[in-house]
Amino acid sequence: MQLLMFYIFGLGAVLSATLMVTNIKPVTAAMNLVLTMFFLAGIYVLLDAHLLAALQIIVYAGAVMVLFLFVILLLNVHEKEGATSRRKVMIQFGSVAIVGSLFITMATLAEIDPSLIKAGDVANPFGTTKAVGRLLFTDFLLPFEVASFLLLAAIVGAVILAKRRIDDSK
Amino acid sequence: MVSLNSYLILGAILFSIGAVGVFTRRNVLIIYMCIELMLNAVNLTFLSFSKFLNDMNGHVFVFMIMTVAAAEAAVGLAIIISLFRNKATINVDDINLSKG
Repeated sequence: MQLLMFYIFGLGAVLSATLMVTNIKPVTAAMNLVLTMFFLAGIYVLLDAHLLAALQIIVYAGAVMVLFLFVILLLNVHEKEGATSRRKVMIQFGSVAIVGSLFITMATLAEIDPSLIKAGDVANPFGTTKAVGRLLFTDFLLPFEVASFLLLAAIVGAVILAKRRIDDSK
Repeated sequence: MVSLNSYLILGAILFSIGAVGVFTRRNVLIIYMCIELMLNAVNLTFLSFSKFLNDMNGHVFVFMIMTVAAAEAAVGLAIIISLFRNKATINVDDINLSKG
Protein backbone atom coordinates (compact mmCIF):
# COMPACT_ATOMS: atom_id res chain seq x y z
CA MET A 1 0.00 0.00 0.00
CA GLN A 2 2.78 2.39 1.00
CA LEU A 3 4.73 1.48 -2.11
CA LEU A 4 1.69 2.07 -4.30
CA MET A 5 1.11 5.50 -2.74
CA PHE A 6 4.81 6.33 -3.16
CA TYR A 7 4.64 5.52 -6.87
CA ILE A 8 1.43 7.51 -7.38
CA PHE A 9 2.74 10.59 -5.57
CA GLY A 10 6.25 10.29 -6.99
CA LEU A 11 5.15 9.88 -10.61
CA GLY A 12 2.62 12.69 -10.16
CA ALA A 13 5.29 15.01 -8.74
CA VAL A 14 7.78 14.26 -11.53
CA LEU A 15 5.09 14.62 -14.21
CA SER A 16 3.76 17.94 -12.94
CA ALA A 17 7.29 19.27 -12.42
CA THR A 18 8.13 18.40 -16.04
CA LEU A 19 4.94 20.12 -17.18
CA MET A 20 5.91 23.19 -15.16
CA VAL A 21 9.34 23.43 -16.74
CA THR A 22 8.09 22.91 -20.29
CA ASN A 23 5.04 25.18 -20.15
CA ILE A 24 5.09 28.54 -21.91
CA LYS A 25 2.42 30.33 -19.88
CA PRO A 26 3.52 31.42 -16.38
CA VAL A 27 0.03 30.82 -14.92
CA THR A 28 -0.08 27.21 -16.12
CA ALA A 29 3.45 26.70 -14.81
CA ALA A 30 2.41 28.08 -11.41
CA MET A 31 -0.60 25.77 -11.29
CA ASN A 32 1.59 22.78 -12.11
CA LEU A 33 3.96 23.83 -9.34
CA VAL A 34 1.02 23.88 -6.89
CA LEU A 35 0.20 20.35 -8.02
CA THR A 36 3.83 19.31 -7.41
CA MET A 37 3.64 20.79 -3.90
CA PHE A 38 0.50 18.75 -3.17
CA PHE A 39 2.11 15.51 -4.37
CA LEU A 40 5.19 16.29 -2.27
CA ALA A 41 2.96 16.88 0.76
CA GLY A 42 1.61 13.36 0.19
CA ILE A 43 5.17 12.03 0.16
CA TYR A 44 5.87 13.90 3.42
CA VAL A 45 2.90 12.12 5.01
CA LEU A 46 4.43 8.80 3.90
CA LEU A 47 7.61 9.93 5.69
CA ASP A 48 5.65 10.54 8.94
CA ALA A 49 6.18 14.30 8.72
CA HIS A 50 2.56 15.28 9.35
CA LEU A 51 3.19 18.84 10.54
CA LEU A 52 5.48 19.63 7.63
CA ALA A 53 3.00 18.16 5.14
CA ALA A 54 0.37 20.57 6.46
CA LEU A 55 2.86 23.44 6.41
CA GLN A 56 3.85 22.54 2.85
CA ILE A 57 0.27 22.99 1.70
CA ILE A 58 -0.44 26.10 3.79
CA VAL A 59 2.85 27.96 3.25
CA TYR A 60 3.95 26.84 -0.21
CA ALA A 61 0.81 25.93 -2.10
CA GLY A 62 -1.11 28.63 -0.24
CA ALA A 63 0.95 31.69 0.56
CA VAL A 64 3.96 31.55 -1.75
CA MET A 65 2.06 30.51 -4.86
CA VAL A 66 -0.63 33.14 -4.28
CA LEU A 67 2.19 35.69 -4.18
CA PHE A 68 3.47 34.31 -7.47
CA LEU A 69 0.03 34.49 -9.06
CA PHE A 70 -0.42 38.08 -7.87
CA VAL A 71 2.89 39.09 -9.44
CA ILE A 72 1.99 37.33 -12.70
CA LEU A 73 -1.31 39.24 -12.65
CA LEU A 74 0.40 42.56 -11.88
CA LEU A 75 3.03 42.24 -14.57
CA ASN A 76 0.63 40.87 -17.22
CA VAL A 77 3.40 40.24 -19.71
CA HIS A 78 2.57 39.11 -23.21
CA GLU A 79 6.05 38.82 -24.60
CA LYS A 80 7.28 35.82 -26.46
CA GLU A 81 10.07 33.99 -24.79
CA GLY A 82 13.16 34.54 -26.90
CA ALA A 83 14.35 31.21 -28.18
CA THR A 84 17.79 30.33 -26.90
CA SER A 85 19.97 28.90 -29.65
CA ARG A 86 19.52 25.17 -30.00
CA ARG A 87 23.17 24.38 -29.45
CA LYS A 88 23.28 26.32 -26.18
CA VAL A 89 20.17 24.53 -24.91
CA MET A 90 21.70 21.18 -25.86
CA ILE A 91 24.95 21.96 -24.00
CA GLN A 92 23.09 23.15 -20.91
CA PHE A 93 20.68 20.23 -21.00
CA GLY A 94 23.55 17.78 -21.45
CA SER A 95 25.56 19.15 -18.54
CA VAL A 96 22.53 19.16 -16.25
CA ALA A 97 21.74 15.60 -17.34
CA ILE A 98 25.28 14.48 -16.48
CA VAL A 99 25.17 16.11 -13.03
CA GLY A 100 21.64 14.79 -12.50
CA SER A 101 22.62 11.22 -13.30
CA LEU A 102 25.54 11.64 -10.88
CA PHE A 103 23.01 12.69 -8.20
CA ILE A 104 20.81 9.70 -8.99
CA THR A 105 23.76 7.30 -8.84
CA MET A 106 24.72 8.76 -5.47
CA ALA A 107 21.13 8.39 -4.27
CA THR A 108 21.09 4.77 -5.40
CA LEU A 109 24.31 3.97 -3.55
CA ALA A 110 23.48 5.85 -0.34
CA GLU A 111 23.39 3.73 2.79
CA ILE A 112 22.78 4.49 6.44
CA ASP A 113 25.22 3.51 9.12
CA PRO A 114 23.00 1.57 11.61
CA SER A 115 24.95 2.93 14.58
CA LEU A 116 23.66 6.44 13.77
CA ILE A 117 19.99 5.50 14.12
CA LYS A 118 18.54 7.07 17.23
CA ALA A 119 16.19 5.40 19.65
CA GLY A 120 12.61 6.64 19.44
CA ASP A 121 11.06 8.84 22.10
CA VAL A 122 7.94 7.13 23.40
CA ALA A 123 6.36 10.27 24.88
CA ASN A 124 6.73 12.30 21.67
CA PRO A 125 6.09 10.10 18.62
CA PHE A 126 8.07 10.82 15.47
CA GLY A 127 6.90 13.71 13.28
CA THR A 128 3.93 14.89 15.32
CA THR A 129 3.27 18.57 15.91
CA LYS A 130 4.03 18.09 19.59
CA ALA A 131 7.46 16.60 18.93
CA VAL A 132 8.47 19.23 16.34
CA GLY A 133 7.19 22.02 18.58
CA ARG A 134 9.14 20.68 21.55
CA LEU A 135 12.33 20.63 19.46
CA LEU A 136 11.72 24.15 18.15
CA PHE A 137 11.16 25.61 21.61
CA THR A 138 14.00 23.81 23.38
CA ASP A 139 17.01 22.76 21.32
CA PHE A 140 16.43 25.16 18.44
CA LEU A 141 15.03 28.21 20.22
CA LEU A 142 17.65 30.62 18.86
CA PRO A 143 17.26 29.61 15.19
CA PHE A 144 13.50 29.86 15.66
CA GLU A 145 13.80 33.46 16.89
CA VAL A 146 16.29 34.29 14.14
CA ALA A 147 13.74 33.00 11.60
CA SER A 148 11.20 35.49 12.93
CA PHE A 149 13.72 38.31 12.45
CA LEU A 150 14.42 37.05 8.94
CA LEU A 151 10.71 37.24 8.10
CA LEU A 152 10.49 40.74 9.54
CA ALA A 153 13.48 41.86 7.44
CA ALA A 154 11.89 40.26 4.36
CA ILE A 155 8.60 42.13 4.94
CA VAL A 156 10.40 45.47 5.27
CA GLY A 157 12.62 44.71 2.28
CA ALA A 158 9.71 43.70 0.06
CA VAL A 159 7.73 46.85 0.91
CA ILE A 160 10.70 49.14 0.30
CA LEU A 161 11.65 47.44 -2.96
CA ALA A 162 8.19 47.25 -4.47
CA LYS A 163 6.63 50.55 -3.40
CA ARG A 164 6.40 53.29 -5.98
CA ARG A 165 8.44 56.25 -4.85
CA ILE A 166 6.66 59.60 -4.95
CA ASP A 167 9.62 61.71 -6.05
CA ASP A 168 10.59 59.64 -9.10
CA SER A 169 7.12 59.16 -10.62
CA LYS A 170 7.64 61.79 -13.30
CA MET B 1 8.05 -0.44 2.85
CA VAL B 2 9.66 2.11 0.57
CA SER B 3 13.45 2.18 0.79
CA LEU B 4 15.53 5.25 1.56
CA ASN B 5 17.06 5.15 -1.90
CA SER B 6 13.71 5.53 -3.67
CA TYR B 7 13.03 8.75 -1.76
CA LEU B 8 16.54 10.03 -2.49
CA ILE B 9 16.18 9.19 -6.19
CA LEU B 10 12.87 11.06 -6.33
CA GLY B 11 14.58 14.07 -4.70
CA ALA B 12 17.47 13.93 -7.19
CA ILE B 13 15.08 13.74 -10.16
CA LEU B 14 13.03 16.72 -8.95
CA PHE B 15 16.21 18.73 -8.28
CA SER B 16 17.50 17.99 -11.79
CA ILE B 17 14.19 19.02 -13.37
CA GLY B 18 14.42 22.29 -11.46
CA ALA B 19 18.01 22.82 -12.60
CA VAL B 20 17.05 22.20 -16.25
CA GLY B 21 14.33 24.82 -15.86
CA VAL B 22 16.72 27.39 -14.39
CA PHE B 23 19.17 26.89 -17.25
CA THR B 24 16.83 26.66 -20.22
CA ARG B 25 13.99 29.07 -19.41
CA ARG B 26 14.33 32.80 -19.95
CA ASN B 27 11.28 34.02 -18.03
CA VAL B 28 12.30 35.30 -14.58
CA LEU B 29 9.08 34.12 -12.92
CA ILE B 30 9.47 30.56 -14.18
CA ILE B 31 13.13 30.54 -13.12
CA TYR B 32 11.92 31.52 -9.66
CA MET B 33 9.40 28.67 -9.63
CA CYS B 34 12.18 26.25 -10.61
CA ILE B 35 14.26 27.47 -7.65
CA GLU B 36 11.29 26.74 -5.38
CA LEU B 37 11.09 23.25 -6.87
CA MET B 38 14.79 22.68 -6.14
CA LEU B 39 14.31 23.81 -2.53
CA ASN B 40 11.45 21.34 -2.23
CA ALA B 41 13.63 18.51 -3.55
CA VAL B 42 16.18 19.31 -0.84
CA ASN B 43 13.40 19.29 1.77
CA LEU B 44 12.39 15.83 0.59
CA THR B 45 15.98 14.59 1.04
CA PHE B 46 16.16 16.06 4.54
CA LEU B 47 12.87 14.45 5.55
CA SER B 48 13.79 11.03 4.19
CA PHE B 49 17.10 10.98 6.05
CA SER B 50 15.27 12.24 9.12
CA LYS B 51 12.80 9.36 8.92
CA PHE B 52 15.36 6.65 8.31
CA LEU B 53 17.76 7.89 11.02
CA ASN B 54 14.79 8.32 13.38
CA ASP B 55 16.17 11.79 14.15
CA MET B 56 13.79 14.76 14.32
CA ASN B 57 16.44 17.44 13.71
CA GLY B 58 15.83 17.19 9.97
CA HIS B 59 12.29 18.48 10.50
CA VAL B 60 13.67 21.66 12.07
CA PHE B 61 15.96 22.13 9.07
CA VAL B 62 13.01 21.79 6.70
CA PHE B 63 11.09 24.30 8.81
CA MET B 64 13.95 26.78 8.42
CA ILE B 65 14.21 26.15 4.66
CA MET B 66 10.49 26.90 4.32
CA THR B 67 10.97 30.17 6.21
CA VAL B 68 13.88 31.18 4.02
CA ALA B 69 11.97 30.22 0.86
CA ALA B 70 9.01 32.38 1.88
CA ALA B 71 11.29 35.34 2.64
CA GLU B 72 13.18 34.79 -0.61
CA ALA B 73 9.96 34.67 -2.63
CA ALA B 74 8.70 37.92 -1.10
CA VAL B 75 11.93 39.85 -1.64
CA GLY B 76 12.64 38.30 -5.05
CA LEU B 77 9.19 39.08 -6.40
CA ALA B 78 9.52 42.66 -5.12
CA ILE B 79 12.80 42.93 -7.02
CA ILE B 80 11.11 41.54 -10.14
CA ILE B 81 8.33 44.15 -9.85
CA SER B 82 10.76 47.05 -9.52
CA LEU B 83 12.88 45.65 -12.38
CA PHE B 84 9.78 45.39 -14.56
CA ARG B 85 8.96 49.02 -13.77
CA ASN B 86 12.38 50.13 -14.98
CA LYS B 87 12.95 47.86 -17.97
CA ALA B 88 9.45 46.65 -18.92
CA THR B 89 10.69 43.11 -19.48
CA ILE B 90 11.04 39.91 -17.48
CA ASN B 91 13.30 38.16 -19.94
CA VAL B 92 16.64 37.51 -18.25
CA ASP B 93 18.54 38.00 -21.49
CA ASP B 94 17.38 41.63 -21.64
CA ILE B 95 18.31 42.34 -18.03
CA ASN B 96 22.04 42.93 -18.06
CA LEU B 97 22.49 45.92 -15.77
CA SER B 98 25.89 44.87 -14.43
CA LYS B 99 27.36 44.08 -17.83
CA GLY B 100 28.93 47.56 -18.10
